[in-house]
Amino acid sequence: MINELNAARDEALVAIAASNDMEALESLERDVLGKAGPFVAAKKRIGELAPEDRKDAGQAINATRTEVEDAIEARRGTLGASARAAQYANERLDLTEVSTAASVGHAHVVTQTWEELEDIFVGMGFHVAEGPHVETDWHNFDALNIPKGHPARDGFDTLYVNHGEPGSTLLRTHTSPVQIRTMLDQEPPIYIIAPGRVFRRDTADATHMPVFHQIEGLVVDKDISLADLAGTINAFVGTYFGEEVESRLRPNYFPFTEPSAEFDIRRADGSWLEMGGCGMVHPNVLRAGGIDPEEWSGFAFGFGIDRLALMKHGVSDLRELFANDTRFLSQF
Amino acid sequence: MKVLLSWMREFVPSGFGEIESDPVALGDVLTSLGLVVESIETTGAEWDGIVVAKVLELGKHPEADKIQLVQVDAGPEFSDDGAPLQICCGAFNMSVGDLVPLATLGTVMPGGLEIARRKLRGEWSNGMLCSATELGAGDDAEGIMILDAGLTIGTPLTDALGVETDVLFDLDVEGNRPEALSVAGVARDLAAKLNVEFVFPETPFAETSPAATERASVVIDDPDLCKRFGLRVLDGITMGPSPSWMQRRLEASGQRPINVIVDISNYVMLERGQPNHTFDLATVPDGAVRVRMANDGETLTTLDGQERTLTDADGLVCNGANEPISLAGVMGGAATEIGDNTTSVLLEAAVWDRMTIARTSRRLNLRSEASTRFERGADPAGIERALDRFCQLAAELCGATVAQGRVVVDGGVEAPIEVTLRVARVNQILNLDLDAAAIAGYLAPIGFEPLSQTDTELQIRIPSWRPDATAEIDVIEEVGRHHGYEKSGTRVPRPAQAGSLSPTQVARRAIRRAFMAEGCHEAMPMPFLAPGDLAKAGLDEQGITLANPLVAEESVLRTSMIPGMLKAIAYNQSHRNTGTRLFETGQTYIATDGDLPVEDEWVVAALDGADATEAMALLHRIAATLNLPGMRISNAEIPGMHPTRAAEIQFWGKPLGFAGEISPEALEAYGIEGRVGWVQLLVAPIVRSRGTAPKEKRVSRFPSSDLDLAFVVPDKVSAADVIVTIRKTAGELVKTVELFDVFRSEALGADTRSLAYRMRFQADDRTLTDDEVAETQLKIINAVKKKHSAELR
Repeated sequence: MINELNAARDEALVAIAASNDMEALESLERDVLGKAGPFVAAKKRIGELAPEDRKDAGQAINATRTEVEDAIEARRGTLGASARAAQYANERLDLTEVSTAASVGHAHVVTQTWEELEDIFVGMGFHVAEGPHVETDWHNFDALNIPKGHPARDGFDTLYVNHGEPGSTLLRTHTSPVQIRTMLDQEPPIYIIAPGRVFRRDTADATHMPVFHQIEGLVVDKDISLADLAGTINAFVGTYFGEEVESRLRPNYFPFTEPSAEFDIRRADGSWLEMGGCGMVHPNVLRAGGIDPEEWSGFAFGFGIDRLALMKHGVSDLRELFANDTRFLSQF
Repeated sequence: MKVLLSWMREFVPSGFGEIESDPVALGDVLTSLGLVVESIETTGAEWDGIVVAKVLELGKHPEADKIQLVQVDAGPEFSDDGAPLQICCGAFNMSVGDLVPLATLGTVMPGGLEIARRKLRGEWSNGMLCSATELGAGDDAEGIMILDAGLTIGTPLTDALGVETDVLFDLDVEGNRPEALSVAGVARDLAAKLNVEFVFPETPFAETSPAATERASVVIDDPDLCKRFGLRVLDGITMGPSPSWMQRRLEASGQRPINVIVDISNYVMLERGQPNHTFDLATVPDGAVRVRMANDGETLTTLDGQERTLTDADGLVCNGANEPISLAGVMGGAATEIGDNTTSVLLEAAVWDRMTIARTSRRLNLRSEASTRFERGADPAGIERALDRFCQLAAELCGATVAQGRVVVDGGVEAPIEVTLRVARVNQILNLDLDAAAIAGYLAPIGFEPLSQTDTELQIRIPSWRPDATAEIDVIEEVGRHHGYEKSGTRVPRPAQAGSLSPTQVARRAIRRAFMAEGCHEAMPMPFLAPGDLAKAGLDEQGITLANPLVAEESVLRTSMIPGMLKAIAYNQSHRNTGTRLFETGQTYIATDGDLPVEDEWVVAALDGADATEAMALLHRIAATLNLPGMRISNAEIPGMHPTRAAEIQFWGKPLGFAGEISPEALEAYGIEGRVGWVQLLVAPIVRSRGTAPKEKRVSRFPSSDLDLAFVVPDKVSAADVIVTIRKTAGELVKTVELFDVFRSEALGADTRSLAYRMRFQADDRTLTDDEVAETQLKIINAVKKKHSAELR
């Protein structure tokens, strides 16, 4: 019986070595190791042997069978590898043929800067407030301590709209009316920023647009001082421009803040660059917002978003931002 | 405001100290006071190497007609052996004996030219004689500058003309600091900061009788117009140019020298911040002056020769006969103007109502140094000093004799304001720890006079030259300014709550991301339209117009997002950027009966070269990205859109927007080729829908079965309506219905098409039986056939 099995094994080993594809190998495997194969038959015949011979015979059958199984497994590995190699050769792609045309749109540079600013101030505990573009002259001027006839009104180059009483409705010249709306709408403490679109009666040129974007900050809380303003500006400047960039406040004039300041940042060459206006909220403005200036104090600041976008990306002409040329828009 | 250091020094007897030699440091101090230094210029140094020379001989150049040979004596230092220096010169205006400026060899001229010994047509030139222009000392380029006789030959020009090296600061003065529009005002602020004494120098001059009060008089009819009005009378004036030191200061300050009287007038204005005006006394009978508002339609010919028609909002100075002689605070009248023959002058210094001057100067477009100072507020208490300073200079420089005394009348001058300044409040706002004495120490030198003081409070009188300061907080700013903002330190306030974006802001970001993922770039069209833009786009609504547009192209506020985007597409097409996909989030402005228009926020996308089906496909992907279940779409005619390729979108029964294709007429009107797909959605419903987090719908664990049904449906029936019918009929058993094929053919017939739907049936609580599915299928077929005149294929 063992000799028969050895003969079957030798035959199988030759056939395994000669098998050229997985299908032939698997058919061979079924024939040799399957129910009709010599090993299964040999196992069935163990019972015919004397009890003392059965163990040796069983071990011999198993050892022979393992030899065949190992040979099949080895052959399977070889055939598998060459089949994979053939598949790889067949499936070869030149990936540089894949088009590089971008299919994803880009956020506007102003939006990118806007959102970056929002994120910094949200991280500092601010909420983001908004207000209408078309405003009453009360919200845009009177409530901000710029009564009718105040010379500061001239400086704003206001665009008025034909809505309601003549001269009563305008396109907001700054985001500051949002301060008033927020104060009227909620109780202190108030920590908001108000990014938004503003309008001036300006002819478009490299540094002016009739439409542009500002961000405004307002804090009203107990015992807020000039130090809180300077600290907030400092923290913002360090986050946005980099820790090494310093800021300073220097006295300035705005009707809606007192004391008022301009905040500058120090450029790499040591010179100071004017960034925006700020100051302690004028008591008259707090009163217009329904807040008692004896109980609460606050600070406000504001600066241009578009200019930061220009600075960041080295854009030299403000008009580029609003031309909507896809060759420009897709760069950022 | 341009301010010379030497001029400021006249108000500071001890000088500013060592810092004077460091203009940059001095500039930093000015900036720290809120007087922002725009530029610093050192003057005088550019004349190094230029000396006084005397013309000894004038001779013809042998080879050139346009050049003459000038022999000059520039002193022993510039001559080896006492021999004259030969200069080749292209000007012929000098005579033998004249003193002229000579740029010696090695001099670098203000323009950068270096003077070297060189030959001109064979003759040596040992330097250059200079014109006023070449020296940067005036506009006279015609000839060589002839110097005053009596100067010493060989002396440096700066010494000879008494020019010291000087520093010119160009300051940006804010609207609340009218006093800093004067040399004295800046000097006062600077002296206070540097802790040195500020004084107005004496202005001595002789006075003659009869007294001014006998030769001039003022009546103020309208005290709201004029706060105070002062006059002086000067006689014996010799007209001519002002001396060169005054001309140089005026020029440095940006004023052109005219004649001695005009120059003194400007000089006093620059120095004291008090604009003043001179009348030829001979033209003002009895020196009688009346101040009143103009009558509507009244006219006055002003100094510039223009006849001005006035309104009752303009202020006037009139003569005794009540005829206008000057437009108050803005411009003098031509009839009373001083001229070359003027000998007697009526000098006016007044303080006017700020608003009146602002209105008049704006209406007549007559902004001037004077009107600017009046608008911001001149010092009513400074009138006497300004009058006297003028008289002193006139006595010195043009031989004027001054009638004794002044005529000064109060109009609507306000009493000085006093405020209570709380020490605790100062320290709270500025984060400082100053005591009352320290606070007083900052305020007194700038005229905020402490009238009384305790440990907790100071009573402060606001100076007459600070009309903007009216309350405690204004005084606190002054303390901060002079103590230094930087001393307040820094502190980051810690709000009790975390910061956050609002739901709208979060949604807006998600919306932008969704459109960007669809390959759309974010555009920012102007929200302004030209008058015809809406009509061109097939829209008939009227936009809100601007009351004072700068240009007609930007005179209407948009009521539609379409025109702006079409302009952007057209712009890109004209620059060969085709297939552009743009989106925008922005507002439309719709008029209301209330205070303000309605501002709806939209997100729109314009797809160049895409048809309505592409736009709808984009809409569905966006809706999937933003998780907007329950969108209902129905074909509709929408203004501005293709009449048969547009759909309106409802969201939970409310309008969400519309989509499809832009109308071909609009595309043609905007010069756009091909089709433009369009999607427009309101932002607010999207925000609302995101406000509720979707709740889990348990996934059924029972088997599902799928069913495909194709119907031949007339074109007039919308495919979406068939889905509605299927859902209504099948009820809860149908989980999904999807249109998977649309097919048209002649065999099906005209005006009809095959719509194939795939449905999945599934119950949440049991396995559906074949009978249940078959029954539902039959119901669906019957309902669709009946409701939509459809046939099962």
